[in-house]
Amino acid sequence: MREFWVFVRKEFYHILRDRRTMMILLIMPVVMIILFGFALTTEVRNVNIGVLASEPDHAVEQILNRLDASEYFTVKERLDSPDDIDRKFRGRELDMVIAFGDHFSEKVFDPEGAAMQLVVDATNASMAQSYTAYASAIVAQYQQDMQPGAGRKGIVPNVVLMYNPQMKSSYNFVPGIMGLTLMLICALMTSIAIVKEKETGTMEVLLVSPLRPIHIIIAKMIPYFTVSCVNLLTILLLSIFVLKVPVAGSMVALCVVSLIYIIIALSLGLLVSTLVDQQIIAMLFSSMLLMVPTILLCGMIFPVESMPEILQYFSHLLPPKWYIMAVRKLMIAGLPVSFIWKEIVILIVMAVLLITISLRKFNNRLE
Amino acid sequence: MNNDIVIQTKDLTKKFGSFTAVDHISFEVRRGEIFGFLGANGAGKTTAMRMLCGLSRPTSGMGQVAGFDIARQQEKIKQNIGYMSQKFSLYGDLKVWENIRLYAGIYGMKDADIARKTEELLERLDFTKERDTLVDSLPLGWKQKLAFSVSIFHEPKIVFLDEPTGGVDPTTRRQFWEMIYEAANRGITIFVTTHYMDEAEYCHRVSMMVDGRIDALDSPSNLKQQFNASSMDEVFRKLARKAERME
Amino acid sequence: MKAVVVDNIHKSYEGGIRALSGISFDADRGELFGIIGPDGAGKTTLFRIMATLLLANEGTCRIDGLDVVDDYREIRKRVGYMPGRFSLYQDLTVEENLGFFASVFRTTIAENYHLVEDIYKQLEPFKRRRAGKLSGGMKQKLALCCALIHKPSVLFLDEPTTGVDPVSRKEFWEMLNRLQKQGITIIVSTPYMDEAKLCDRIALIKNGQFMSINRPMDIIRQFDLPLYAVKGDDMFRLLHDVREYKGVDHCYVSGEFHHFTVADGGFDSSALLAQLQQKGHSAVRIERVEANIEDCYMRLAKD
Repeated sequence: MREFWVFVRKEFYHILRDRRTMMILLIMPVVMIILFGFALTTEVRNVNIGVLASEPDHAVEQILNRLDASEYFTVKERLDSPDDIDRKFRGRELDMVIAFGDHFSEKVFDPEGAAMQLVVDATNASMAQSYTAYASAIVAQYQQDMQPGAGRKGIVPNVVLMYNPQMKSSYNFVPGIMGLTLMLICALMTSIAIVKEKETGTMEVLLVSPLRPIHIIIAKMIPYFTVSCVNLLTILLLSIFVLKVPVAGSMVALCVVSLIYIIIALSLGLLVSTLVDQQIIAMLFSSMLLMVPTILLCGMIFPVESMPEILQYFSHLLPPKWYIMAVRKLMIAGLPVSFIWKEIVILIVMAVLLITISLRKFNNRLE
Repeated sequence: MNNDIVIQTKDLTKKFGSFTAVDHISFEVRRGEIFGFLGANGAGKTTAMRMLCGLSRPTSGMGQVAGFDIARQQEKIKQNIGYMSQKFSLYGDLKVWENIRLYAGIYGMKDADIARKTEELLERLDFTKERDTLVDSLPLGWKQKLAFSVSIFHEPKIVFLDEPTGGVDPTTRRQFWEMIYEAANRGITIFVTTHYMDEAEYCHRVSMMVDGRIDALDSPSNLKQQFNASSMDEVFRKLARKAERME
Repeated sequence: MKAVVVDNIHKSYEGGIRALSGISFDADRGELFGIIGPDGAGKTTLFRIMATLLLANEGTCRIDGLDVVDDYREIRKRVGYMPGRFSLYQDLTVEENLGFFASVFRTTIAENYHLVEDIYKQLEPFKRRRAGKLSGGMKQKLALCCALIHKPSVLFLDEPTTGVDPVSRKEFWEMLNRLQKQGITIIVSTPYMDEAKLCDRIALIKNGQFMSINRPMDIIRQFDLPLYAVKGDDMFRLLHDVREYKGVDHCYVSGEFHHFTVADGGFDSSALLAQLQQKGHSAVRIERVEANIEDCYMRLAKD
């Protein structure tokens, strides 16, 4: 066994001494989380509001106070004329303008209602929709508070946002990033690491040694397994403390599913390494065959349900899809483990299959 | 500058940080000369050769190749030299004639000239049947002969050969050197590195690099006399033993 | 018992490329056996078969009496192997590389230090240096240490000196001679024919076949034609003029001379000398010489 641990130590030297790759491996998930979590967010925050109101009005002030008090909106300024709106939008000073009709407070209780208009910069259509929905909700709430029990009022759309009541988009991305990062590090890096030994001729020497091939393989995998676990931890900590995405379900179940997934990714990497003998080809192979489908077909960006049927069938074959589904259910929906048995079984079957195939393909000899 | 001098360097130096890879080398190479550029691994041969080919800027000193300054007129130099190395010379996934066509095209030769000279070349190498063969499927020796022919296809003034015969069988190695003789006879200057010491004997003059300096430069017979050695191998060993640095 | 017995090995790759056809030889314990031939002759394939990395299509190979197919596990414990493009772990230090290979073979540097001492002494000043930063000669020495550290009974070295300068090459061969004295059988290949005379016996390989197996001096003795060397001021013109002379069989460049063979009997070197001088050659010298291994290789390869 001693030679095995020496081998593992050697693998750690390789990883630790290649500082650049190491940094990329460790920082990449952080960057992805921040990118997806903040930059690509569709969540509403710091929306600047301009106000058009002809005269001081009690109800207008109350509504504005409520908007301002919410974490989403900031009442920035009062406009003198509707003509200013265009200029303010173009200058990116305001995102939304609320125009109140004359005698607003008196008309609130009129049967025909008070006039209120939301003008939104709709260059980003989905964001614009969110703004109006949020603002309407606040106004409706105000209306209800002022008039408890009164039956006479316009229909307020009753929007219920399940699982993500604040519509935080990062919720949905976190499982996807987990699936992607683990696939990248385990599969891509393992395949490159093994193929590198083939390229430099050291694999020949290792084969002509008492080391068992299975030891070579496991020793190669351990460092990447460790790095993946570090990544898993980073992602979870970041999402909990920075993105404020709580882990709603069982933490233990989440870890178990992730471990199974890591094993799958490692065997995929091994499989790739048995098929090719140049690092560059291993890299292309892993990224084209493993990464791209993970990003495009596993519900990370496009919902699986809205894909053409044939692609949906194809996506059933991809381990990341099941992993991401399971993590979503566990993390976001907070469902109990009994709801993910299907995913777990599928992942285990895939893991066993892949390990068997790749070990069988890994030769004792060069042919 | 004398028309017959095609390579001239004066105190040519290249430093990488505190490490002096090439240390004030000065020499001249005449037109049509076969100039052997020898030295142990890490003595600075490759760095010096890169500077002469205009691929690397000298830290100090001057050098002229084919009448052009190596620090300022690299593009002109590249038009006037050929280059061939053991590791890279031809594209294995292109056919023989496609390789010739490619290199001739790179050096801006005219289509009619290319067609005529390609025939001549294939004829001379006895390669007419191999015109449509992929270079990868040629034996190594053939490949090297073809690579050399291609490197002088555009009639350069100088051709740089970096270990051109490594691993080639003895018969082909000799044919290769006959081709070099012939090219030199036509006035092409040959600048060659090799690890085969018998090949050093084929050179008109040989320089020996030790620790970045040129420690000896003369004809093989004079060198042997000077170092009281029976073969170039012995000259090389006597000189290289003085080396202090490692790569 | 012979250390290595190779019997009628045939090997073809996919696509019908014939690498070896009918290779047989054996090596005694403590023998330094050289396989000499150019790239592509089949040397690497043969080494891989002997090192249990490839299976032959036909024929048998036994190392220390063990079959390379059935007993490959046992063989792997006792042979040392240095592949041709072997380049160590560039990002590990000299010491770490050696320590790693020692452990892989279930031993330690200390245990077999005496075996590698001569070589490793030269490397010791650089033992904390990464292997990637060593010169070519130093790398080969380190690789040899790594292949030796488990005290192998048979050592397979596939082109250990290719691309290495003549000085390091010579040192490397001196090391092999010392190892041999310790009873290690060494099978080594090289494309440099001048290294052949440093082996006990050599096999000349061409296109997957051995042309001759013998002691270097016997191979030279078997050269069956009179061989002459000629030298003059204009070597290029001399080559052509000697070739034109009647009775000269085959003339080629060979270091500072041109070598030529003549059809048996009736050759008069003074007549050739006279003709060359008449053609304007000066400082011409013609002498009868003994063949070297390259001459023999070319002579054998011609048939």
